[in-house]
Amino acid sequence: MSALVPEAAVAPILPATPAFALSGVEFRWPGAQGFGLRVDDFAVTRGEKLLILGPSGSGKSTLLSLLCGVVTPQAGRVRVLGTDIVLLSGAARDRFRADHFGIVFQMLNLLPYASVIDNVLLPLRFSKARRARISPGASESEEARRLLSRLGLEAKLHDGPPAASLSVGQQQRVAAARALIGAPEIIVADEPTSSLDRERQQAFLDLLLQEAGRVGATIVMVSHDESLRPHFDRAVPLERVAAISWQP
Amino acid sequence: MIVGRLALKSLLNRWPTASLTIFGIAVSVMLLMGVEKVRNGARQSFADTISGTDLIVGARTGDVQLLLYSVFRIGDATNNIAWKSYGEIAALPEIAWIVPISLGDSHRGFRVMGTTTGYFEHYRYRQGQGLAFAAGVPFADLFDAVLGADVAAALGYRLGDAIIVGHGIGSTSFAPHDEKPFRVAGILAKTGTPVDHTVHVGLEGIEAIHVDWQTGARIPGRTVDAEQVRRMELAPKSVTAAMIGLRSRLDAFQLQRLINEYKEESLSAILPGVALQQLWSLVGTAETALAAVSFMVVLTALLGMVTTILATLNERRREMAILRSVGARPATILGLLTAEAAMLTGSGVALGAALLYTVLSIMRPVVDSRYGLYLPIEAPSAADLAALAAVLGGGVLAGLFPAIRAFRLSLADGMIVKT
Ligand SMILES: Nc1ncnc2c1ncn2[C@@H]1O[C@H](COP(=O)(O)OP(=O)(O)OP(=O)(O)O)[C@@H](O)[C@H]1O
Ligand SMILES: [Mg+2]
Repeated sequence: MSALVPEAAVAPILPATPAFALSGVEFRWPGAQGFGLRVDDFAVTRGEKLLILGPSGSGKSTLLSLLCGVVTPQAGRVRVLGTDIVLLSGAARDRFRADHFGIVFQMLNLLPYASVIDNVLLPLRFSKARRARISPGASESEEARRLLSRLGLEAKLHDGPPAASLSVGQQQRVAAARALIGAPEIIVADEPTSSLDRERQQAFLDLLLQEAGRVGATIVMVSHDESLRPHFDRAVPLERVAAISWQP
Repeated sequence: MIVGRLALKSLLNRWPTASLTIFGIAVSVMLLMGVEKVRNGARQSFADTISGTDLIVGARTGDVQLLLYSVFRIGDATNNIAWKSYGEIAALPEIAWIVPISLGDSHRGFRVMGTTTGYFEHYRYRQGQGLAFAAGVPFADLFDAVLGADVAAALGYRLGDAIIVGHGIGSTSFAPHDEKPFRVAGILAKTGTPVDHTVHVGLEGIEAIHVDWQTGARIPGRTVDAEQVRRMELAPKSVTAAMIGLRSRLDAFQLQRLINEYKEESLSAILPGVALQQLWSLVGTAETALAAVSFMVVLTALLGMVTTILATLNERRREMAILRSVGARPATILGLLTAEAAMLTGSGVALGAALLYTVLSIMRPVVDSRYGLYLPIEAPSAADLAALAAVLGGGVLAGLFPAIRAFRLSLADGMIVKT
């Protein structure tokens, strides 16, 4: 075994460690267009509810991909809960994401052929840590049903038709339940409300934030919608977080 | 395992394409195994054309040629065995039985063979099965004939019908002898051997046809009618070949050498089993071609599967991104797609085998009676299982191709899929 590179390890999570701490990050998508991001210094404290605002195409989703470790930067450090995920092996990074992240996309969040309950249980299949965090005495599916009911999804839909037959609003609630199950420390949401009408946006956000707050999760959400500001502790424009550039 | 369950659900969700793909693989597998069955059946049927006969003797000729005209009624003997030589061989102490056969005439396209009633007793096929009469009895009278099953069926003959035997071979014999009609005394049961295409008469019957012929041409001004023939001396002067059964099979080689070195005239003796194998090695190349074709069909079916999986990949990039977001590793995506290919191929193989046995059990009696091809229904042989395993392995291997593509896509897409 090579002793030159020390094995990157997952750091213990102390109460004071920030949820995210990025420094000197440089990332560029491969390909001709070559959209790139530079993040000099950016931090999110534990338990914070943060909204990042930016117009379409400004790189919001790219930033979230970096935060989740789905892509890795060409330079810099992306520390999540004290662990530099850039140094982790691909497999370890995937496990880290499964253990600590709940992710909600803009739309089409669900496996269309699986039932609602199976969709919610999915993260538990990939993370022992999240299975362990299910409250003792409750089964996994009981926990899933509890979350779904809190998010306002009627019990008859839980094992009913495949997820694809639900309305968009219902699908987003299922996605929220999936992000929340097993109480991950971080919830990341990529414009989860943009496909809902204004009234439902408010209701959905309230539920999501309330449930996340219950377990003390950190929330990072991106959106182009300024009107969402009041729900969050802090709202920053993307250009204050990252400098974007294109391949010359 | 979650990967297997997801792959299964995803497949069920796309059941119309999935079931067509499975069906395509099933049909190709059925073809592959079916061809193998028919191959083995044909080889076995062929080897079983004649059994229980230890030696066949004819005039000096090639082994395969002697087998062809004496057993398969294909081609002609260049020479005959003199009746005197036949008698000397028949008198050898090692011989348990000997049956002469005399060829060279035909009836409406079917070969006529002169022999003795011993033929019906000693001719054996398919693991020692004897000839059975569907109707009637062996010939007793000079002008009695026994028909093979196909002759009777093709020409619509029944017991007691009169038939005309002509000299020479051709679909319509020239110069038929209306004055010497034969009577159908017996009809044999179907055997799936050349016996079915043969008209059997007594050796004397063959002589009777030829009394007013000399060296194959009619002697002008000399016609003899049936009643006159009956009063004539009809001992045969020669026979075409003879089938021999030995008291001890161990004597076969020694007797073969003895006959091959016979002083009075040049004779050949062959061991039917050995000659059948030689002949099969000649005609057997066709079976290899058949096997190659069915192999190509399997390949086509697997290619079809890869194509359908590849076609779904684009619409399933979303699915991959979702799985990645909940913590699935790219390796899981690879496993998912490979599992899908394995399930498709596995179901195809299982369905194909089931189809084959169903078709086999339905078709078997028809194939046996119509083509004389006996296809036993037995558990898949080790070779069958190996072939099925190879198809399954091939399917999984082929499935790796779209799987690796999905793996690459899921790496490149990250979490952002614009759909
Ligand atoms: N997988 C990818 N490969 C290459 N380039 C990409 C990829 N994903 C995004 N990009 C590029 O990165 C740039 C920023 O896209 P991104 O999706 O991060 O913006 P966004 O702010 O989320 O936009 P939207 O509001 O439309 O979701 C775009 O120009 C896009 O072409
Ligand atoms: Mg986006």
